[in-house]
Parts: sequence; structure tokens; C-alpha cells
Amino acid sequence: MSLITKYVLISIDEDTLIAGARKVETELKRILEELDLSREIMVVETGTMGIMGKGVVILIQPDDVTYVNVTPEDVREIANEHLLKGRPVKRLEFTGKIDQSVISFRETAQELKKQTRVVLGNSGLINPESIDEYIAVNGYEALGKALTEHKPEEIIDIVKKSGLRGRGGAGFPTGLKWSFTAPLKNKPKYLVCNADEGEPGTFKDRLIMEGDPHKLLEGMAIAAYAIGAEKGFIYIRGEYTLSINRTQKAIEDARKYGLLGQDIFGSGFSFDVEIKKGAGAYVCGEETALINSLEGGRGNPRVKPPFPGVQGLWQQPTVVNNVETLSNVPAIILNGADWYKSIGTEKSSGTKVYTILGHVHNPGLIEVEMGTTLRDIIYKYAGGVKGGKFKCALVGGAAGAFLNEEMLDVRMDYDHLGEYKAVLGSGAILVMNEESCIVDMLRNILFFFKHESCGKCSPCRIGTAQLYMLADKIYSGQGTDEDLDQMLTLSEAMSTTALCALGQSPYLVIHTADKFFKDEIEEHIRRKVCMKDICRMNGAEHK
Amino acid sequence: MEALKIHIPDNEQYRELGAYIESVRNMPGPLINVLHKAQGIFGYLPMEVQAFISRELDIPLSTVYGVVTFYNFFSMTPRGKYVINVCMGTACYVKGAGKVVDYFKDELKVGEGETTEDNLFTLTTARCFGACGLAPVLMVNEDVYGHVDRKKVTEILKKYRSLG
Ligand SMILES: Cc1cc2nc3c(=O)[nH]c(=O)nc-3n(C[C@H](O)[C@H](O)[C@H](O)COP(=O)(O)O)c2cc1C
Ligand code: SF4
Repeated sequence: MSLITKYVLISIDEDTLIAGARKVETELKRILEELDLSREIMVVETGTMGIMGKGVVILIQPDDVTYVNVTPEDVREIANEHLLKGRPVKRLEFTGKIDQSVISFRETAQELKKQTRVVLGNSGLINPESIDEYIAVNGYEALGKALTEHKPEEIIDIVKKSGLRGRGGAGFPTGLKWSFTAPLKNKPKYLVCNADEGEPGTFKDRLIMEGDPHKLLEGMAIAAYAIGAEKGFIYIRGEYTLSINRTQKAIEDARKYGLLGQDIFGSGFSFDVEIKKGAGAYVCGEETALINSLEGGRGNPRVKPPFPGVQGLWQQPTVVNNVETLSNVPAIILNGADWYKSIGTEKSSGTKVYTILGHVHNPGLIEVEMGTTLRDIIYKYAGGVKGGKFKCALVGGAAGAFLNEEMLDVRMDYDHLGEYKAVLGSGAILVMNEESCIVDMLRNILFFFKHESCGKCSPCRIGTAQLYMLADKIYSGQGTDEDLDQMLTLSEAMSTTALCALGQSPYLVIHTADKFFKDEIEEHIRRKVCMKDICRMNGAEHK
Repeated sequence: MEALKIHIPDNEQYRELGAYIESVRNMPGPLINVLHKAQGIFGYLPMEVQAFISRELDIPLSTVYGVVTFYNFFSMTPRGKYVINVCMGTACYVKGAGKVVDYFKDELKVGEGETTEDNLFTLTTARCFGACGLAPVLMVNEDVYGHVDRKKVTEILKKYRSLG
């Protein structure tokens, strides 16, 4: 056996594939052959490294040098200068600040700062298509421990004590959710992983599945054991081809290793997973709509109660959990509830994965402790605001809230945001600089709700159409003070009468826009001007 | 009720779909899988195809139609050879996706949801793709393009026109 001296990790995800990662990889392997280095230097495909919008990203270990925007033409220079002579190619080196979250993964690889890498720890470090690599970093150990050392009730207890809360948006305590379904005697029971990820600006679940699909499967198997389910489904958004393929491969490999299927670890517990592809509707992310869609029908939400935990898929008890939620479970079982509770804040334990986008220098994906301030996320991790001063951030996607400058120091967790009637939601943070117009944004978001309303209940079907019409009036210089008042009252009425959270959500964006940017909206109404020159005032052509 | 008078031709495409339906018949809730498959075969889902699926799966046509029209992914009208799908998600929107749509409207002389006369391009918009790091983003069939501006729009159209 020869000695490997260096690893070249190449990030393969949808962003880097578009940028030509495969071509770079082929070229790299060709040149290493040519230089006769292919036995010493190993090229490894990994998931995301948390750097977005910077083309092909590669990381050279153990030197800890990251290159971005790498093209096939650059490969020879990297090989000659860096790999052969040990001189990093400065021109391509990544110096941005989001690197911090990536650095924190690396530190952990060296047994430091373990806490910040619960979900994304392996992403960018192991080959997501290799079950062996996952097992080499203690993969499936938590499942083994759960099945051989714990009773299902004990698992629920540990998860309850850990304080884990749902990462799909609502933040419902996970252990508590499981405890409703576990004691029910009806069989079969189902575990459904919600990977529909439709919240605008959110793609964390995609990158978790692309980067570390086995962690999700392990979390699912543990959850299934806790609630007594033998069958699981992953409902993946139809557009997520790479996630679907990688997760499918992971399922097949896990079956081959006996980590899914009959009598896992000789414990008598059996569990298998199947992927279902979504067909493009935001509302299908709502758990009861998702269940209807899984059954092959229209994805309309159901009336609750009965809750899915009691009567869900095919009327059987069904637990629905988000990808990130389930991906937290293995680490909790392995390290214990106290360890997990020690991360984050008192009432929101653990980490949160955010996608941070819009007018920032380094858009991307980060995992930080619960309770990190918005200011740190924007300035420390995302490199600060681009193209002007900070105006506001839309936190939580379309179903979220606008936060302005005064709110930069708010700690990002369920309770602190809750104090301001804001939400963490899916973890999307969209930053806007002062060149953006709030009316324009609001109109775009309300168009989204109108378009995605499933039409089942009238408050939302009619309400979302009215809200968009009113916003459009203001956007085109035809708005009146009454229109704004009506938007406020109507969305409030919807928040108490709509059947599902989709129809209840416009309230938050409208009210936070009004609270922080009333002057700007009134300018559009009273003076008929858009100071940013974005809105098409005076009834010019609009959609 | 009067039986449905939709003529279903017997050809290779229907036979392929028929065989697929056989293979999933016993799976619970197969309708969406069948529709995915059918759209893959036919490119879209005209009434005949829906009637065929309804008959084969023994599901009322109204239910099939209800599902087809519910999901954005399914289309009842033929599409151009290249479907241009511009992301209008919030992140792309702040980065100027609205303008990108306008450029296409300008160049192709079609509105949203319409197909060019030569059946080459269909212009559509979609909700967030989850590729926000590259905003504004668009897809042409399966290919994704990021950081799109006016120049890139022209290049993209040129590329597909030359492919024919
Ligand atoms: C309109 C709408 C869309 C939703 N989209 C998603 C989604 O894409 N992913 C998700 O995990 N949860 C989504 N949810 C929340 C789910 O209904 C559900 O609360 C969640 O999957 C539960 O998982 P958790 O407890 O692990 O968070 C959505 C809810 C609504 C009302
Ligand atoms: S609130 Fe909207 S999306 Fe939800 S059930 Fe009612 S119409 Fe459908």
C-alpha cells in the first residue's frame, strides 16, 4: 500500500456541478496521472463546503487551503505549484469570511469545538456516496446503541430531555411529538421525512441530503424505533435530482449492510425507507397536505384534529419530521441529552442551519449555535452587506418577518424571536441593502402566497388574491391609505381563520413591513413615488 | 352517466405507459408516480392520456384531472422543445429576476406561459428552486444557469437556437 500524503476534496453539489465540477475533477485526475501523483494524492468527492456562488470549490488537506472558481484550465497550475511544489496558488485562494463555519468543521475534524457541527459536520469532509466513510466517522453507531441498549421509551425520553425542537418551521418539541404516537396500538405506523423544502430562499435540507444522506437515514431509523414504525417515506421535492439520487443510493447501501430492512442489529426491529418525489406545490410541505400527496392525491391540507400523529397516512398514526430535525437525532443518542442541551440557549438547544442570501458578500449555508445574533450571522459569517447599507432582513422565508437595523442584535432562537413576534421558520435569511424597496418585496411575496394558495378554504383563497391586488395597487401608484389598512385587517383576519399556516402567514410579513417601514409605504401611497425607482408607479405595465 | 367518448390510440407510447401502470398497480397511491411517468413519455398530459390513466387505474377522471391541475409540474398543453423556467423566489427577485423575465419577453416576443411560434421555447416562471446562491437563476429543461443578466439571456437563446 502506498502512502497518501494529500487529499484534494472537491465539493459536488448542484451549485458546483453547474459550474463544471465534473470537468475539473476529470482534469485533476488526468493531470495527477500524468505527474505520477495519483497514488499519493487522493481526489475525494464531498458534499457542500458551505461556499455558494463561487463556482467550483476544492479543499486541499492537510494544508487547509480552499480554492474557489476553479476552472479546468487552473488545474495544471494548482497541481504544479501547490501539489508538486507546495506553494498555494494565491490567485484562487478563498479568503471570504463564511469560511469560518467551514473552518469550524475542520477544527472539529481535529477534535476541537465539537458543538458547532451537529448536522453538517461530515458535509464537505466525507464522500456522501460512501457508506464506509460514514461508518468510519462513527456512522450508525447511534442506531446500534439505540437498538441494543435502549427501549423505545428511553429514546423518547432522551430526545425530550435534549430539548430538540422541529426544524421544519413550527419548532414543536420533537420528543413530545413522538410520545403521542409511540403508545398507540394501531399498526402499521409510519415515519415521514419532510424534504419538500419549498420556503423561498431555503435549501438547507437539500445540502444536508446531498452532503450526508446516511445521517438522515440513521436519524429516521432511530425515530422509527422510538415510535414503533416499520415503514418510512422521504418526500423529496421533485426538482432535487441530486438529493434524490444520493439518498436512493444511501438507502440501497444501508440495505446491503443490514442497517435498513429486517431485524436490524439482530434486535428484532425492522424498518425500511422509500423515496417519494413531489410534483411542485409549496403547500405540500404542510404535513397533512404532504400526506394527501403521498397518498397520490391533491395536496390539500386536512382539518386538524385528528393530528397525523394519531391519524395520518392512510389513516394510520404518522410522525412527520423535517430533514434537519431527524439529522440531529444520531448525535443526541450518541452523546446524550445533556451534551445537546449544553449547546445553544436554555429553551432552544442545539444548532441551527441557515441559508443566508441576498445582498451579502458570501451567501451560503452555515450551522451555528441557537441564539447567535443576526448581526453575527450577517457580519461574521456572511461577510457583511454588499452594495450599500443594511436595510432589513427577511427571516424565515415568505412565511417569516422583516427585521430592521434595530433588531440586528436579536438572538436567533425560537423564544427570543418569539418575543418580537418573529419566527425562525425554515432558517432562510434574506438580506436587503438600502437600494431595495419594501413595497416591491412585499408585492413579490404576496404574489407567491396567492399563487401557492391551494384554494381549499375561502379566507386564504380569496384573501391572498385580495392582498396581492392591494399591494399591486400601491406598487403601481394607485394605492390609498385605506388599502394599507385593509391589508392589515384582512391579513389579521386570515391569521385566525385560515385552515393551514399558509393562509395564516401573510400577517407577519405585512405587519412587520408596516411596523418598520411605514414611511416608505406611505410615500408610495401619498406622494406616488418610489424613492428607489423600482416600483412601476403611475400604472405602468405590471403583472 | 354517459360513457366518456375519448378515443385512445393504441401505440408504442400508450403501451409503454400501460406496462408501467401494471408494474405499480399494487403500490398504494400510485397516481402521482404514473403522472410523472406519463409526462415523461408524452411531454405533457392531454385529456386522452388522463382518460387512459383513469381507465387503467380505475380512478375517476375528475380525480386524475384534479391532481394534474393541482401540481405545477404537470402541464396540459404542449411545451416548446426548450422550457425556460425563471426562478421568481424571493432571493432571485431581489437580484433582479423580474428583469430577466422581461428580457426573455422582449427577445422571444411571448408572454409568460406561452410558447414561441416555432415551438422552440416556452417561457415560464417558478417558485424558488433552492439554488439561491446563484441568484438570479433559471433552468432550460434540466440545465441550470446562474447569475443571469441581459448578456447571458442572449447567449442562452443563441446556444439553444443553434442546437435547433
Ligand atoms: C405552507 C407550509 C409549508 C411547509 N413547508 C415545509 C417544508 O418544506 N419542510 C418542512 O420540513 N416543513 C414544512 N412545513 C411544516 C410542516 O407542516 C411540519 O410542521 C414539519 O414538517 C414538522 O417537522 P418538524 O417537527 O421536524 O419541524 C410547512 C408548513 C406549511 C404550513
Ligand atoms: S390556508 Fe390556503 S393553503 Fe391552507 S388550506 Fe386554506 S386555502 Fe389551502
